[in-house]
Amino acid sequence: MARDGFDTIAGCRIKVMRAGVGAPLVFLHGAGGVSGWTPFMERLSESFDLIVPQHPGFGDSDSPDWLDNIGDLAFFYLDLVRHLGLSGLHLVGTSIGGWIASELAIRDCSALASLTLVAPAGLRLPGVPKADIFMLPPDDYARRLFYDARLADAAIAHQPSEAERDAQLKNRLTTAKLAWAPRLYSPDLHKWLHRISAPTLIAWGEDDQIIPRAYGPAFNALIPNSRVETIARCGHLPHVEKAEELAALITAFCREARP
Amino acid sequence: MKFFFFHLMPYADLDLDYDQKYNSAWVTLPNSYCDPKKVHALYNRYLDELEYADALGFDGLCVNEHHSNAYGMMPIPGVMAGALSRRTKNGKIAVLGRALPLLNNPITVAEEYAMLDNITGGRLIAGFVRGIGAEYHSWGVNPADSHDRFHEAHDLIMQAWTQPGPSRFEGKHYHFEYVNCWPRPFQEPHPPIWIPSQGSRETIEWASHPSRKYVYLQTFSPVSALARFMGMYRECAEKYGYTATSEQLGWSVPTYCAETDDIAYREAKPHIENFLNKFLRMPAEMLLPPGYLSLASMKAVMAAKASMIGRQTIDSVIEKGMFLCGSPATLREKIARYREEIGFGYLLATMQFGTLPHELVIKSTEIFAREVMPHFRQDSRDDGNHGSPREALTAPAR
Repeated sequence: MARDGFDTIAGCRIKVMRAGVGAPLVFLHGAGGVSGWTPFMERLSESFDLIVPQHPGFGDSDSPDWLDNIGDLAFFYLDLVRHLGLSGLHLVGTSIGGWIASELAIRDCSALASLTLVAPAGLRLPGVPKADIFMLPPDDYARRLFYDARLADAAIAHQPSEAERDAQLKNRLTTAKLAWAPRLYSPDLHKWLHRISAPTLIAWGEDDQIIPRAYGPAFNALIPNSRVETIARCGHLPHVEKAEELAALITAFCREARP
Repeated sequence: MKFFFFHLMPYADLDLDYDQKYNSAWVTLPNSYCDPKKVHALYNRYLDELEYADALGFDGLCVNEHHSNAYGMMPIPGVMAGALSRRTKNGKIAVLGRALPLLNNPITVAEEYAMLDNITGGRLIAGFVRGIGAEYHSWGVNPADSHDRFHEAHDLIMQAWTQPGPSRFEGKHYHFEYVNCWPRPFQEPHPPIWIPSQGSRETIEWASHPSRKYVYLQTFSPVSALARFMGMYRECAEKYGYTATSEQLGWSVPTYCAETDDIAYREAKPHIENFLNKFLRMPAEMLLPPGYLSLASMKAVMAAKASMIGRQTIDSVIEKGMFLCGSPATLREKIARYREEIGFGYLLATMQFGTLPHELVIKSTEIFAREVMPHFRQDSRDDGNHGSPREALTAPAR
């Protein structure tokens, strides 16, 4: 089980979960936030010193005045890396977290041993629209998130507590702030992905109905030392839907990439 | 008390079965539902109705702004205000847009309003709004920036109107080296400013501030909400050290007046229910995009709207005081009572709503102007500048 704590970086107090021993691995969550310690995290903590921050503006973390865009979070996490004294770091991000990780890596890869992008946002492919996550009714959204309808059913049936509801509203607000326009991408990111020198794994659910898997080859083409892995029978959240498989993939990749 | 005739200009010819295929008359309803030949007829009919209201003695006319929808077809309300500015000579013209945060260049509003103010010789009332949530989907503007951009755009427009130009504006969202509004507004220092709102403490504290004292308009809300927010405005004013007058408060409400209560109810029923269930139909994701309201307000509104889910009826909106419907005697009694209790100085009557046809709009407007409005002209608090409606008028035929 993880230790929960708070840390203050760049004047912003954030919640950080941390567990395990080994090389440091920072996991950057997506638009839905992280509400607790999941089987995916438990599995990674068997091999890594796993660090799971809640982004500024999400969950129990502060919403700082300076937060305007994904680039701000990239610099924030560079500060976090320095603050925690991390090196030889394996950086993993999913969806918006993958976008943050990409933006971090184009700025400074020096602390990174590897980069894993799981269905990252951040690029725009003309003619390949992402789902309108701000317009989908909650039930449709859940159905699009998962390949396995039982997982969607469970998500739909779940009655959030007041605190969970508050966190959902807050996460959604910050997601809008960061990604409403341009919608889930940065017009500049594609120009600089060649700067990523760390070995990079791009993982995508085969049946992603939020960010189509056609984006995988696009990242692959722009990041020099990268490869794509497709996860069968999986939607937009491989760390939930295929936790064991994704964790195994990441663990093997990081072993290969050990500096 | 002053009476304004408020038009939304809906696409009244909408195929009402659209909702078997689409979940809203907003944002995503295909514009193949819109027949320009019908729009041509509707626009001209609606302008006739506004002009007739002016002739009947309304103190002013209101147009408003919405985008990509069948509920109200005035995406650029200044076009209608411009059309009205030459055809009317007496009443005020209130533009109850413009949705400032949607704009990448708010100086366009400073210029547009200044033009209207000059054409009309100072009859313009300048509305500033944020637009409803759906607008942020249609225009792609980030709702999380809505409050910020509203305030900054407002400050920019006021600078354009009140500081000698050229001047520099340095904001977060807007930056100009040469703010220099030609023409300057006709009214000194600027046109009266009205703030239509569904009600929020932040908006009321801002509008009632002594440096502004803007007219606050409560739009389409239960009369209990009207009372609460107008009370809030007065309390804010007292805290600021002054007493708000009824001239700072207005109520916008759909209104239908007929010979008797029964006739009014019968004639209005299908049209107000179309307004409620067809034209206003909108899922929560469309109405309340994230960031449009503060988290606290979002929770409160979601709770309030939960009670409005499901089909609405004429009875529910009459009972809540969201719809004024009845004989002249009934409307006189209700308006007098609400005004006594709540103390607003402007009533903005939406006399056309949903599918209400021209003949009924004209009949209702005439009865209202002749048998309800004069009752409030004799009020000692009024300036007494209003004659009876001219008798020899001919209603525009369609």
